[in-house]
Amino acid sequence: MIDELISQWMKKTGPDSDVVISSRIRLARNLENIKFTNQASEDELKEVINNVNNLLLNDNKFGLNLLELSNLSQNKKNMLVERHLISPDLSERNINNAVALSSEETISLMINEEDHLRLQVLLPGLQLQEAWDLADKIDDYLEQGINIAFDEKYGYLTACPTNVGTGLRSSIMVHLPALTMVNRVKNFIAAISQLGLAVRGLYGEGTETVGNLYQISNQVTLGRSEDEIIENLIEVTHQIITQERNAREILLKEKEMFLKDQIYRAYGTLKYAYKISVEEAMKLISNVRLGIDLGIIEDVESTILNQLMVIIRPATLQVLKGEEMTIEDRHIYRAQLIRERLQ
Amino acid sequence: MLCQNCQEHDAKVHVSKIINGEKEDIYLCEECAHISEGLDFGLDFSFNNLLTGLLNNQFHPHHKINLSNHKIKCEFCGLSYDIFSKSGRLGCNECYNSFTDKIDKVLRRIHGNNRHTGKVPKRAGERVMVKRRVKELRKLMDEAVATEEFERAAELRDEIKELKDEIGE
Ligand SMILES: [Zn+2]
Ligand SMILES: [Zn+2]
Repeated sequence: MIDELISQWMKKTGPDSDVVISSRIRLARNLENIKFTNQASEDELKEVINNVNNLLLNDNKFGLNLLELSNLSQNKKNMLVERHLISPDLSERNINNAVALSSEETISLMINEEDHLRLQVLLPGLQLQEAWDLADKIDDYLEQGINIAFDEKYGYLTACPTNVGTGLRSSIMVHLPALTMVNRVKNFIAAISQLGLAVRGLYGEGTETVGNLYQISNQVTLGRSEDEIIENLIEVTHQIITQERNAREILLKEKEMFLKDQIYRAYGTLKYAYKISVEEAMKLISNVRLGIDLGIIEDVESTILNQLMVIIRPATLQVLKGEEMTIEDRHIYRAQLIRERLQ
Repeated sequence: MLCQNCQEHDAKVHVSKIINGEKEDIYLCEECAHISEGLDFGLDFSFNNLLTGLLNNQFHPHHKINLSNHKIKCEFCGLSYDIFSKSGRLGCNECYNSFTDKIDKVLRRIHGNNRHTGKVPKRAGERVMVKRRVKELRKLMDEAVATEEFERAAELRDEIKELKDEIGE
């Protein structure tokens, strides 16, 4: 499973995938009467893993496979981060943490992250509602076998008060090359924060935005129902989609030559370069994907570009090659992979 | 709009700062802006900094830090309020009871609300209700014992046992 290059789900496209790359639901849960991971003893952390393991052994309705992270190389752990299956935090801690993954890697259950359990459902395109429906079912299933910390007033109890209540973080990853080109992203980030939403980089809080990819998620988790939180984000996403599509259309109408020049230059570079950094590659991939979405480039599928965005990242690249590489070697190998896939 | 530093007073001062070549707009109340004058504010509006700032209240002139508050400890996990206010992370589910006054206030600031209205898990939801009932009954039982109504106390004890069996405790 994790030995494959990319998650199975990434080979598929979803609704509105010209703008929305993926939809993600994350639920934070803790086991009752076991100290949260920051205060728990080694034995207590083991107990959490055992609880999940027992549940999976008894009845594995969702086909989850448990991986103890201490059994994986740092590169493999980083690769899971690059695929958004575990958090950077979890990849750095060494003992008593694990992740349970479904075969398509749409479901990931992190164990002993900041909270005992962090359930994630990741689907391509705008499928937030679908992702929530699935997460809700898995949550019910977990709760049947595990005592979850819940308070009548505060809801699901979490290690950080910013997650308490629903414990729900819903997010979408959007690709906004046109809005970026016309310098409208700052505006929209400001507007969005007024609506209780946050914009973050590719791998969560404090990470940089690359390749014109932005992650938008809800901030408030208490006092609103799951449906309200999700509806709010879907509503805003529809507006972002419309804005980005408008910007693309206007650019195509008013600046056709500029746009085509940018897109074909990017395509040409990716097809023929022999050395390339992640940053440059991500920028160019963004432009080529825009070209595909606008129908300017017709001989490549956009899912190939989505896959490239993952496999060119340092850890995945090295796992793929089967050895540690210098930066220079990575640049060469990255360019080779891209050339092969764009032929 | 509330002051971005203390989240308590109306923001009346608009401060622009260049951080890493990016202009950042910051809105502060007069008191907070005054404090920031001439200092390298080093404003880091990361989630965690905002949160621990709320828990500490230490930058605001209107707030005297109540040191006795910082000595409170959660009985179950041993976490002190002091440590919590620095890390922003609680140690266990009981911490929500141990620091309830403080947490309630902070939750209202973060979420604009202090009451969960979303999903109630079936089993845990039931257990929460039963536990509450057990707590009430215990109190009644203690009262009954205190007033030497032993028959009544025994009845209550049985009822408590039944409820506890029901939730498997
Ligand atoms: Zn202030
Ligand atoms: Zn505690």
